[in-house]
Amino acid sequence: MIKLKINGQERNWDGDPDLPLLWFLRDEAGLTGTKYGCGQALCGACTVIVDKQAVRACITSVSDVVGREVTTIEGLHPTGDHPVQKAWRQLNVPQCGYCQVGQIMQAAALLIENPKPTHDQIREAMAGNICRCGTYQRIANAVHLASTGV
Amino acid sequence: MNTLTNPNKLRGFERHIKVDNVSRRSILKGLGLAGGFVLAAPVMSRPGFAAYQTGADKMPHGTVVDPRVFVSIASDGTVTIVAHRAEMGTGVRTSLPMIVAEEMEADWSRVRVQQAPGDEVKFGNQDTDGSRSTRHYLMPMRQIGASARTMLEAAAAKRWGVPATEVKAVNHEVIHSASGRRIGFGELAADAAKQSVPSVEGLKLKDPKDFRYLGKGQIGIVDLRDITVGTARYGADVRLPGMKYAVIARPPVTGGKVVSFDGAEAMKVSGVEKVIEVKGWPWPSKFQPLGGVAVIARNTGAAIKGRDALKIVWDDGPNSKYESVAYRAELEGAARKPGLVVRKEGDVETALKGADKVIVGEYYVPHHAHVSMEPPVAVADVKGDKAEIWAPVQSAGGTREDVAKTLGIPQENVTVNVTLLGGGFGRKSKCDFALEAALLSKELGAPVQVQWTREDDVRNGFLHTVSVERIEAGLDKNGKVTAWRHRSVAPSIASTFAAGAVHQAPFELGMGLVDMPFEIANVQCENPEAAARTRIGWFRSVSNIPRAFAVQSMVGELAHATGRDQKTMLLELIGSPRILKLDSVKDLWNYGEPYDSYPIDTARLRKVVELVADKGGWGRSVPKGHGLGIAAHRSFVSYIATMVEVAFDNGKLTVPRVDTAIDCGAYVNPERIQAQMEGAVIMGLSFAKHGEITFKDGKVQQGNFDDFPVLRIDESPAVTNVYIVPPGPDTPPSGVGEPGVPPVAPALINAIFAATGKRIRALPIGKQLEA
Repeated sequence: MIKLKINGQERNWDGDPDLPLLWFLRDEAGLTGTKYGCGQALCGACTVIVDKQAVRACITSVSDVVGREVTTIEGLHPTGDHPVQKAWRQLNVPQCGYCQVGQIMQAAALLIENPKPTHDQIREAMAGNICRCGTYQRIANAVHLASTGV
Repeated sequence: MNTLTNPNKLRGFERHIKVDNVSRRSILKGLGLAGGFVLAAPVMSRPGFAAYQTGADKMPHGTVVDPRVFVSIASDGTVTIVAHRAEMGTGVRTSLPMIVAEEMEADWSRVRVQQAPGDEVKFGNQDTDGSRSTRHYLMPMRQIGASARTMLEAAAAKRWGVPATEVKAVNHEVIHSASGRRIGFGELAADAAKQSVPSVEGLKLKDPKDFRYLGKGQIGIVDLRDITVGTARYGADVRLPGMKYAVIARPPVTGGKVVSFDGAEAMKVSGVEKVIEVKGWPWPSKFQPLGGVAVIARNTGAAIKGRDALKIVWDDGPNSKYESVAYRAELEGAARKPGLVVRKEGDVETALKGADKVIVGEYYVPHHAHVSMEPPVAVADVKGDKAEIWAPVQSAGGTREDVAKTLGIPQENVTVNVTLLGGGFGRKSKCDFALEAALLSKELGAPVQVQWTREDDVRNGFLHTVSVERIEAGLDKNGKVTAWRHRSVAPSIASTFAAGAVHQAPFELGMGLVDMPFEIANVQCENPEAAARTRIGWFRSVSNIPRAFAVQSMVGELAHATGRDQKTMLLELIGSPRILKLDSVKDLWNYGEPYDSYPIDTARLRKVVELVADKGGWGRSVPKGHGLGIAAHRSFVSYIATMVEVAFDNGKLTVPRVDTAIDCGAYVNPERIQAQMEGAVIMGLSFAKHGEITFKDGKVQQGNFDDFPVLRIDESPAVTNVYIVPPGPDTPPSGVGEPGVPPVAPALINAIFAATGKRIRALPIGKQLEA
């Protein structure tokens, strides 16, 4: 039996310890906010925060996060009003929206590590997250906005 | 509130948004160069404007203008408006209901949007494709809103015993100003529902000067909060009690099939419950499933691991020799010989022979995959002769029809619930993934979700065609173009529907080939044969991608050959302001629109070129290693011009700035138009720089974002500015979702030439600049 801590809540898993965290979250724990995009850590759609760091849930196994704090979009902020979420709404960032949870989690992790990133640091930190709709300009602006106060 | 942004907070960062109310006359002056966003005249300047016809009623099931179908009002005043088109990121779930709310005087903060299931008899055409939603539904949605408003007003007048002409709906209530009485929509709801629906002809539409929402762009998308907190529901997020998770191993070669399989190892994987064969249809099979072997599990991760353990023997079928290098040579060979003439003016052969100089450009655009961030996925629950589907499909009505046919049950027994689409780009116009889920659910007797992996998406999709576009342009001694021969060779989308289709269909020929707008005396367009060897499908802006790339690159080549400035050359070729008469073209495709309402108007094309050049500062001096490029293209009956600035830093290509101007006629939600243009720039740069799907032994050689890269944020332009041309008084709405894409690649390529002197004729650029 594997014991996990997700968004402050204990979860148990008695299946395959190698199961990618992504599928545990989505299909076993009902936390569907985290998205599947590539399965190989190439697109960032599945980004969650593990102990303050952005992690790709698609290549992280359930057993990898034992004893760690996993935060998903559902646990990012109690009322959904994290500065990054607010900035995203203020700039009407999403188009289809599918990648945006991963983008938001990546941005939130960036701001933990670097509360005042420069333009280039934002582009570098967000480069692992693909948006096929092409909302990059607004993503960069929103991260900047979140870092300067919404 | 301005959800666009608080521009002050972003000043000096990278984008300047300017929302100005200036008159149409002053639109081209008085806005600073940095003004990234032109918003001026109101949508339709005449009250009751309905002077245009669209092709909406020629679409299957046409339009339904009935407020009882689209609007409901609860006693607490909540107005629910039905969105009958699919949301894939264009903002249509916001924009169409907003039109209804505008006309009925509903307060947007008290409006809920409800997604319609697939039912075209009830809602009218739902095929969200072809950049048609606003174009076809602006007027019907206004009429629906006006009908609802009229019914509310009639109910209030009746209650008060006053003539209906004395009452007026204003912001969610009806007012009788003579007596000062007012009553909310909620209180009127029951009475209003008893009123007869007014005739469309007698409706009084709002005066555009009274618009609160239309043309303003101040409203965030309806799903904004849900998206940012992770509760927005896409196809993959549907969960039903007892639902199984499935992935399918599909034939690696189009037209292939399973010979035999061994699922014993797969069954040993923890969480795997079943391995079963999925029925496939022989190629070409329209949208029917390819078939294969499905692994059913308690979660998707287990299903994927199980699939990896399958042993399958495939019969690769008739396309096992498909190989991209050889196929390109085949297309090039065909392009160098005469083909089916699809447009002819003057005598191009003689004109080319007599030309002072002939410039030849042969351009190649490879297959491309959609790779929407959400790969295809669907949930089905089939019980007896009833089926319910939840899926991110662009065509809810078409999906319903195809599910019914595939399962052999009546359409009335099929419910198709449309989730949000995590991107569509034409891929999700094809409902094969929903059909797979339906077949599996029927066999398992349980609800099932079929998830495509990214590799499935790249390898088993409906690819953008592959094409060679060869243009020969004859110049006289003054550098004037007197002859233009364009041969376009590409396997047609028609090949997905019928075996033996070797010529492009009228709708493909009409996307940038036969509608070429230049004023040249001798023009001939030809379409040599090409046979498809894989599934070809629509990709955002379709054949306009290779055509705009070829035609607008040739403009750059001609500018260079004649020593002219690119923009001067482009305007000279477009020629005088006029309406094109394409008498020699049989079955001219005008995106399904009547030509009278939507003619090819070179004045409008010229105008976007001039606007983008003015705003983007064409001709400005740029630092060493930088270059400017320009391109313009009409598609989806809209006119777009794009200007790209490139920079080379130690040989590395970057894009400091892109400017795009769009004339899409009357518009509803300029903020989303801006978003679509920003996104189109990214998609255009993406396929220009990176995108290529190749085949070897009939198999796609790529699989994921490592070998099929798409543009990332660190390669995106530092600034993208969008300018929207305010519509003339009688300009009908035109497309927005797709037409931003085609001019981007040629503008980039022309800019690269300006910076480096190197002419790229084959996409993607890839490593061509490294040599």
